[in-house]
Amino acid sequence: MKVQGFVHKYGNNVDTDVIIPARYLNVSGGDELKVHCMEDIDPQFASNVKQGDMIVAGDNFGCGSSREHAPLAIKCSGISCVIAKSFARIFYRNAINIGLPIMECEEAADAINKGDEVSIDFDSGKITNLSTGKEYFSQPFPPFIQDIIANGGLISQTKKEMDNNGKI
Amino acid sequence: MSMTMTQKILAAHASLESVKAGQLIKCRLDAVMGNDITTAVAIDELKKTGADKVFDTDKVYVVLDHFTPNKDVKAAEQCKKCRNFASDYNIKNFFDVGEVGIEHALIPEKGLVVPGDAMIGADSHTCTYGALGAFSTGIGSTDMAVGMVTGEAWFKVPSAIKFTLTGTLPPFVSGKDVILHIIGMIGVSGALYKSMEFCGDGVASLSMDDRFTIANMAIEAGAKNGIFPVDEKTVEYVRSRTDKPFKVYEADEDAEYDEEYNIDLSSVKPTVAFPHLPENAKTIDEAMDLNIAIDQVVIGSCTNGRISDMRIAAEILKGRKVKKGVRTIIIPATQEIFLECMEKGYTKIFIEAGAAFSTPTCGPCLGGHMGILAEGERCVSTTNRNFVGRMGHVKSEVYLASPAVAAASAVMGTLYDPSKL
Repeated sequence: MKVQGFVHKYGNNVDTDVIIPARYLNVSGGDELKVHCMEDIDPQFASNVKQGDMIVAGDNFGCGSSREHAPLAIKCSGISCVIAKSFARIFYRNAINIGLPIMECEEAADAINKGDEVSIDFDSGKITNLSTGKEYFSQPFPPFIQDIIANGGLISQTKKEMDNNGKI
Repeated sequence: MSMTMTQKILAAHASLESVKAGQLIKCRLDAVMGNDITTAVAIDELKKTGADKVFDTDKVYVVLDHFTPNKDVKAAEQCKKCRNFASDYNIKNFFDVGEVGIEHALIPEKGLVVPGDAMIGADSHTCTYGALGAFSTGIGSTDMAVGMVTGEAWFKVPSAIKFTLTGTLPPFVSGKDVILHIIGMIGVSGALYKSMEFCGDGVASLSMDDRFTIANMAIEAGAKNGIFPVDEKTVEYVRSRTDKPFKVYEADEDAEYDEEYNIDLSSVKPTVAFPHLPENAKTIDEAMDLNIAIDQVVIGSCTNGRISDMRIAAEILKGRKVKKGVRTIIIPATQEIFLECMEKGYTKIFIEAGAAFSTPTCGPCLGGHMGILAEGERCVSTTNRNFVGRMGHVKSEVYLASPAVAAASAVMGTLYDPSKL
């Protein structure tokens, strides 16, 4: 699978409170949440973001709360992938579980700039900066996680296992 | 093969002889928990699996603590959804207004987690129960949903950082200062994906409340969990709460650690984390020099709403008044702690000092309700995060501190050393 889009760039330690402030957590629908996505560090994000765009950030992306509303708000904003130097662990799990593509790639996170157009080939892990012509490679996910992604997230995978085992 | 304490608990719950860092495993869970915000999402996910029951009605905990008592209509609807789910799925450990407390104070208090357990909670501060020698970690709503259905979760076995504690804490210094000091030292991603394992002679001198506070904020260093060895204090605490059997795990003497730190508790100073990251630690001396005027003080939360936190705040506020203009909000974490505050006279002290005293809620910690900040306002808070906009306006500021520092600051109106009052 390939995706292509323009980059929104942020720094280190982008936390879940700025991705989706808790004051909006009295709702849980992605379409309601996306209106406030990134609001406290980038008030224009919700109006500027286009389907297929990407987020590129530094270390420890998604630190803080366990709220799944954070990757959900990003996914429903149309973001096709988040590239970061590293992810906070709960955000990492949540993104995989709900089917928001994420990639860890230090070189790409350093070199790609705001507004660059980037394409990603998830099968090979190749990240191409179309604006500069440079290519980067991300480590593929372990097979266990690839299985979850291939099954369409943890819920679909669990449902499939339950159907196979007759375990409802 | 040698293992850390965390690895041993995980291996046992995966029915494996041993595990090593980086290995992906599936573990049986002793409990699965969620709050009003995260359970609301998990319910929808659970229903997508087609499951009509949970794996064990005694082992799913639902705690309505974040936006309760309901802060608005939408929060009320979320709570109603959780309430209906608890009823439909016969969830035995469902805690609603009147008996609810902040989950990470309530669950240990009710004896619902014991040493050696492996549990997940859809709340990042679920790592708190490491204080009891359990493996507990925060996960999201989808993991909660699957955990409720299957009683299992997948984990990447973490490597660990070892913190050897020696000595005893000086007066007015507590577990909060220890963990803020550590996060200041290693940073907010210093323990990313790892366990923080605490050990050493100094552990014995720490109260259970101190240990809960330290384990609670392991997540603020990015850790998967924080964990303490089980000693007499742990056993006494657990046995006063439940007669459920438990198993004590110990790290192997030759267990491997990515890094090791020695911390002399007697040298830890009252510590404050400045906006907007918990790693921005300054000692109280440095903080006082800056003479930072404050508008609000919050004493409470899953980090510091326990009885010893109430006690030190009461000792400092007794016979004193909070400074005019400093809104001081004190929130005991559970009904049991609330009652004890009444019985011991703390409530009277707080009210006579000019503080507000509230029913248990997470409210202000995450900018939900019960103490939201306006533009430009500053709060000294015993909570756990000081991110941009965490407690209200995007241009407000949160300074994380211990209950002693928070109470002293309430009296003086600036960040203040409690030993200098």
